[in-house]
Amino acid sequence: MNDHDTRTDAPKRPGFLQRIFGRGPDAPVAQPPEARPESPQTRSPPPAPREGEPVRPASGPAGIGIAPEPPAAQKPGWWNRLKAGLSRSSASIGQGIVDLVTKRKLDATTLEELEDLLIQADLGVATASRITAAVGGARYEKGIDAPTVKRILAGEVEKVLAPVAVPLAIDAAARPFVVLVVGVNGSGKTTTIGKLAAKLRDEGKSVMLAAGDTFRAAAIEQIKIWGERAGAEVIARAQGADAAGLAFDALTAARQRGADVLLVDTAGRLHNRAELMAELEKIVRVMKKLDPGAPHAVLLVLDATVGQNALNQVEIFGKTVGVTGLVMTKLDGTARGGILVAIAEKFRLPVHFIGVGETEGDLEPFAARDFAHAIAGLDR
Amino acid sequence: MFEGLSEKLSAIFDSLTRRGALSEDDVNAAMREVRRALLEADVALDVVKSFTDKVRSRAVGANVVRSVTPGQMVIKIVNDALIETLGSEAKPIDLDAPPPVAIMMVGLQGAGKTTTTAKIAKRLAERAKSKVLMASLDVKRPAAQEQLAVLGRQIGIDTLPVVAGQTPVQIARRAEETARLQGYDVVMFDTAGRTHIDEPLMEEMAQIKDAAVPHEILLVADSLTGQDAVRLAKSFDDRVGITGIVLTRVDGDGRGGAALSMRAVTGKPIKLIGTGEKVGDLEDFHPARIANRILGMGDIVSLVEKAAQTIDAEKAQRIAEKMRKGKFDLNDLADQLAQLDNIGGLGGIMGMLPGMGKIKGQMAAAGLDDKLVRRQRAVILSMTPYERRNPDILKASRKKRIAAGSGTKVEEVNRLLKQHRQMADLMKSMGGAKRGALGKMASMFGMGGGMPMPSPEEIAALQKQMGGAGTGAPSEPKIPAAPPPGAFGPPRMPGLPGLGGRLPGLGGGFPGMNPFGGKKK
Repeated sequence: MNDHDTRTDAPKRPGFLQRIFGRGPDAPVAQPPEARPESPQTRSPPPAPREGEPVRPASGPAGIGIAPEPPAAQKPGWWNRLKAGLSRSSASIGQGIVDLVTKRKLDATTLEELEDLLIQADLGVATASRITAAVGGARYEKGIDAPTVKRILAGEVEKVLAPVAVPLAIDAAARPFVVLVVGVNGSGKTTTIGKLAAKLRDEGKSVMLAAGDTFRAAAIEQIKIWGERAGAEVIARAQGADAAGLAFDALTAARQRGADVLLVDTAGRLHNRAELMAELEKIVRVMKKLDPGAPHAVLLVLDATVGQNALNQVEIFGKTVGVTGLVMTKLDGTARGGILVAIAEKFRLPVHFIGVGETEGDLEPFAARDFAHAIAGLDR
Repeated sequence: MFEGLSEKLSAIFDSLTRRGALSEDDVNAAMREVRRALLEADVALDVVKSFTDKVRSRAVGANVVRSVTPGQMVIKIVNDALIETLGSEAKPIDLDAPPPVAIMMVGLQGAGKTTTTAKIAKRLAERAKSKVLMASLDVKRPAAQEQLAVLGRQIGIDTLPVVAGQTPVQIARRAEETARLQGYDVVMFDTAGRTHIDEPLMEEMAQIKDAAVPHEILLVADSLTGQDAVRLAKSFDDRVGITGIVLTRVDGDGRGGAALSMRAVTGKPIKLIGTGEKVGDLEDFHPARIANRILGMGDIVSLVEKAAQTIDAEKAQRIAEKMRKGKFDLNDLADQLAQLDNIGGLGGIMGMLPGMGKIKGQMAAAGLDDKLVRRQRAVILSMTPYERRNPDILKASRKKRIAAGSGTKVEEVNRLLKQHRQMADLMKSMGGAKRGALGKMASMFGMGGGMPMPSPEEIAALQKQMGGAGTGAPSEPKIPAAPPPGAFGPPRMPGLPGLGGRLPGLGGGFPGMNPFGGKKK
């Protein structure tokens, strides 16, 4: 499992340092989505220079009223932001641990309270019990200091998360490599696609987008704006059109144009709506007609604020369309990533990315150690 | 959304009700289970703690009334505590202010603010006959303003024309001015999603509030939210002072812990719940009924109200007239089936009835679903008007034609006819029995002659009949109001337990329910 760590951590380190500017997480984060054109290049660490940086035409999104951005909005490093985001849960867990173990020996009550703290971080009752037991273990009835408990906690969380911290591997043999993005309403699918498109473009891949959310009003406009920003062609039909047909068209077009990657957006749907899940199944079925291997990856987008229900989402979306990996969004906010631990323990599905903001660069590979440490309130 | 929790709780209470006497240990053990169940339902830990403490202290101190088992007592206490936690009464959106009444929507990204804005606007336009203007202050997410504009066009509600480059505060001022000058009753501000730790955006929200002076500030929150719901609600409340909460995605299979937590922590009422993707999918939040649903005791009152709303009063009167004369033809049956469909289908009704959580699963397994109702309607629609009025003339060749026309088999046509006959007989006999519970139920559903819609008194009376299953004032001193036997715990029969004795009206008022009867054989 340690290989995962080194693999995901190593290439990022310079990036962090570069991006950790003097600004603390409290400094104003005035960063409307399209802060990028004018902002300094330093803030994007990827080695590949952005060729053909799409400077947003005046007639573009401004037409539908997006505020002019304050120039050169710097961003704190993602680690800082992740930590700031997680800080609420880390602070509460961390502080809770300090409160707990400085006062008395590690006894049953203390352990129960530790379990409560983990539950509050959305780890779920089962996972919380297991980790509490691991912390209890040989240390029962011994005085134990807070940093030790934190380390043990981080270690346990990391142990669960490390095997699932797997980057999204784009198989170059599959052209186009089709990525289907699914999730419940409002989890952040379209935004994730926008970020992912930019990321892949930066890696030098040609990307196409399929505006598969034909249900929600203006979802197509939304993905078109993202496409424009990322310089990716967007295949769209009118609102209300058949999503499966659109997916078919998009795959056909992506083949013709020899795109490396096709990102297929879908409408948000609750996993307990059988008819909507059937529609999703149809999208997959139809794409398989063109390419039996498609979709090559199915990403389930989960909102970090979600509670235990995420387990149901993973299970049912997994059964219906064979989810191959997870993306967790909105970790910049409420940031109890705890459910991810429970999901990892139960399903062992790879976690590819985490979303920590609303701008293009705010999609990061998932790093188990950082995440575990942030949850436990430890420094890196 | 509450099925999961209600299944768990009903299992806990099932073991409790079987006991003759309860020790303190029994109560404590049950409370540990309740605690876990609530935590797994994402109820915030603090809320769980105060909840179980409250229940425990009351349960231990309570006098057990004769003829009620201690377990039933505990259920009653839990039920009351749930209602208290959820807020005692329904609080609708308040428009009692000089127009234009400003309503501001706040919440996290992806909570459903824009969709909810449109839903509320449509609701106010339809029910309160208000002239509503919607304005999107979301300049952050791509195409957010476009989304609201599209929704506005769809539902026929005006939206503030978009002027590029304005800040949210400027848009808010412009919206307020436009609404005032053009005589709108209500102006709705759909703000950008923001996380509650994002200080600049929270500050912006406070500025919008100062500019818009909203009468209502509604926090839109996802019912699938986990433990974080509490902090989320608290931060928004501390910052702008929300006046209410709208829960979205209640049609998901989350267990609704967020509802309990947010209400408990902020003390602000949950005003509305979003129950689907369509613009009409917005309902009032009734704490008592939700408490009932969490406990698995069903939502009889909701059922009655919903039925009363949907059933066209005149039509019901006409049917009642025919019923009394013993004339209930296939046209009427078709109407009834259609109404059943409108109320939300069998699934919708089952969700509101007591202890139906498990039955629902069995129904699905048996293939008993709304398709059956629709097929039956198809059979009737394949008949000529003359045949519908005179089912007796249907002989083999006509039946064959009808079966072919409706894509069914002759057996299905026969089954429908048999059901219709049984129903007609039942109705005839019910027509006379107007005084009893039977007649009352019938009139509840708009079936009786004099009372097309149930009055509040009627509903109250019904509640009493239901054993005061928690919908009464929770502070009512006369404790247990013995829960009706069979209303708790998992039903033991495969049929419709409790219905037979407690809701006789369903047999008659909803002939469409009879597919069960037909299938059971």
